[in-house]
Amino acid sequence: MKSLEELRALREKMKSQTDNRSVAGSDETVIKVGMATCGIAAGARPVLDALLDEADKRHLHNVSISQTGCIGMCRLEPIVEVFQGGQKFTYIHMTADKARKVINDHVVNGNPVKEYLIGEN
Amino acid sequence: MRELALNILDIAENSLRAGATLVEIAVQADFLQDKLCISVNDNGKGMSEEMLASVCDPFTTTRTTRKVGMGLPLFKYSAESAGGSFQISSQEGKGTFVAAQYRISHVDRMPLGDFGGVALQLVTMNPHTDFVFTAECGERQGVLDTREVREILGEEIPLGAPEVRAFLRDYIKENLTDIFGGRL
Repeated sequence: MKSLEELRALREKMKSQTDNRSVAGSDETVIKVGMATCGIAAGARPVLDALLDEADKRHLHNVSISQTGCIGMCRLEPIVEVFQGGQKFTYIHMTADKARKVINDHVVNGNPVKEYLIGEN
Repeated sequence: MRELALNILDIAENSLRAGATLVEIAVQADFLQDKLCISVNDNGKGMSEEMLASVCDPFTTTRTTRKVGMGLPLFKYSAESAGGSFQISSQEGKGTFVAAQYRISHVDRMPLGDFGGVALQLVTMNPHTDFVFTAECGERQGVLDTREVREILGEEIPLGAPEVRAFLRDYIKENLTDIFGGRL
């Protein structure tokens, strides 16, 4: 069984690494997931988990993923907002699989996934 | 909402909205007495007596985007439809306490669901709030106090760092499996 003591070892290990995460500049991508009652009930948690997991797997250091409250269009939840290059992209009716596609196509390769965007269907 | 864990997440989000710096969440199961108790206690801004009286009405909400607020009514319903009960108390400026009890064997009791995932999400996504999670089942008990974790990690390593997140995920999962053994 794991104990918190292992965290100490982890801390020493992390301290010795040079951190290139904090040098993310203006090209940072910000991703927000709506996490109010409406979002949670519609399945926002698996979406957030998928985003974090995919970003981890790809070692994306210039991406910040966070949660926010009710975005205001409850019937379109789960909603994911991607802020990139001064623009906002609103993805609606998200699932874990769609979220992975957004990370791959949009965040990594720069091609917004049009069919998931609001107003496209 | 199909999991109690999601209800817990929803209620905890209320605490965060209320500016809480410490949120205590407990899940206590007693199979001998067939009882499950869930509570969320925060030190946020609390609410007035009028608000408290109407807060379980779905047409009461603090948000401005629309006129319905389903979080607390859904949580209350989850307990009352499973042979349980629900309490809420609050003091303006001091904080809010929400609790629900369930009959574990009741046919309409929702499964606990991914409580570990919810705990992980709350802990890693909210850098300015401390959490104390307590899981209890008979004599087995586990506590995760983020103040303790922060003390070990020091100031420069956030709880949301991928390495820390990975550790906490396994840590929470192993301990929860040990305590509840997948019975909830």
